[in-house]
Amino acid sequence: MAKRKIRVMVAKPGLDGHDRGARVLARCFRDAGYEVIYTGCHQTPEQIAAAAIQEDVDMVGLSCLSGAHRYLFPAVKKLLVEKGADDIVVVGGGIIPDQDFQYLYDNGIKEIFTPGATLESIVKWVNENVKPRN
Amino acid sequence: MEKTDKIRAGDVREASRLIRSIEDSVPEAKSAIKHIYPFTGKAQVIGITGSPGAGKSTLVDGLIECFRKTGKTVGVLAVDPTSPFTGGAILGDRIRMQRHAEDAGVFVRSLATRGALGGLSKAVGDAIHVMDAMGKDVILVETVGSGQQEVEIINHAHTVLVVLIPGMGDEIQAIKAGIMEIADVFVINKADREGSGKLQREIMAMLDMSPIPAGGWRPPIVKIGNAFDPAEFEKGLEELTTKILDHREYLINHNLLGDRIRRKRTHELNEALREAILEPVLNLLVSSGELDRMLDRLQKKEVDPYTLAEEVAKKHLTGCV
Repeated sequence: MAKRKIRVMVAKPGLDGHDRGARVLARCFRDAGYEVIYTGCHQTPEQIAAAAIQEDVDMVGLSCLSGAHRYLFPAVKKLLVEKGADDIVVVGGGIIPDQDFQYLYDNGIKEIFTPGATLESIVKWVNENVKPRN
Repeated sequence: MEKTDKIRAGDVREASRLIRSIEDSVPEAKSAIKHIYPFTGKAQVIGITGSPGAGKSTLVDGLIECFRKTGKTVGVLAVDPTSPFTGGAILGDRIRMQRHAEDAGVFVRSLATRGALGGLSKAVGDAIHVMDAMGKDVILVETVGSGQQEVEIINHAHTVLVVLIPGMGDEIQAIKAGIMEIADVFVINKADREGSGKLQREIMAMLDMSPIPAGGWRPPIVKIGNAFDPAEFEKGLEELTTKILDHREYLINHNLLGDRIRRKRTHELNEALREAILEPVLNLLVSSGELDRMLDRLQKKEVDPYTLAEEVAKKHLTGCV
């Protein structure tokens, strides 16, 4: 039997077209041996949640540089829970002020990566915290 | 079995999880396929192949729209390549199709090749069965960007679209064996670009020399203009949809659909036999250390691979050899 492979989705919710970071991460996850679904810019939380379920991913990584993370990140998590996919890990990254961390954690965002986080540290976190489902 | 009932009722999460288990070769997946197999065979399967950047995903997005307009439900299997070095993959086809993400009548699933040759994933045949059992009317299978030899799609699709773009080579490319032979419909994408007329003539010249199959289907050539010119693009798509339906009708009217389905069944059975017969023997050779010993003998040139294979066959396939 082949080993289960980690599948992750990298998504950019909302009105934010700055996707360099998201693309670099997608590439970095590919190099870590994951299957990466990238959905492109300007996605609604509904589109992201639906795609995550259709793709059966283990983790959704949300990138937001517009300042709307307090609304968008929890909205994706809420939709996933509503669809019975509460096991999908949601993490976020981007320009996120320290004072918002706790609010996001309280709303189901498992980890937050801000500018300065190294690719190695992100992959290490995923390897330790995201397990492909049984 | 509750899970397979859910899949038959169209449950996307359950279906996608099963497809994942098929990809990961989990033993339970096989028993699930056994359960849903009797409920498959209703969907129309359309293959879309062509070189990287030819516009396959954008075309699939347009086809989803066309089929949805006629009330049909659509499944999409989009294949992208796996890295031979890390095993990772970027699955980016669905970027072009995200406007349909919330439509309950559309289910898009990306697959990585995971080392399979032929332009598809090994899981694609069973993934088609899953979408078929869900009740999808049309299943669009998009291959990896393929060049010449990736023709595996003919084992799965009832109708194959080969997507070409102008400026990819001279008329010698058009008469080469492989991908140019498998088209039921040719699409010249980005036809607003220079060279589309020349490409069309080259395909026509190639077709003029091809034998005419029973019932006389000559693959039509559909030109589709720039996707950023919606009116032109839609016009092309409508023509393409008509040709796809014409092809299905042709297959049915000339009793040829059965041949295509038999081709698919042959392929499936071959794969299943390989798995049931070859894999247990290979596993045994690995676990007993026999394979290593055989490789040592090979390396010392004590024996050749054919003699070794015959020895294994004699031992394990009693009655056949």
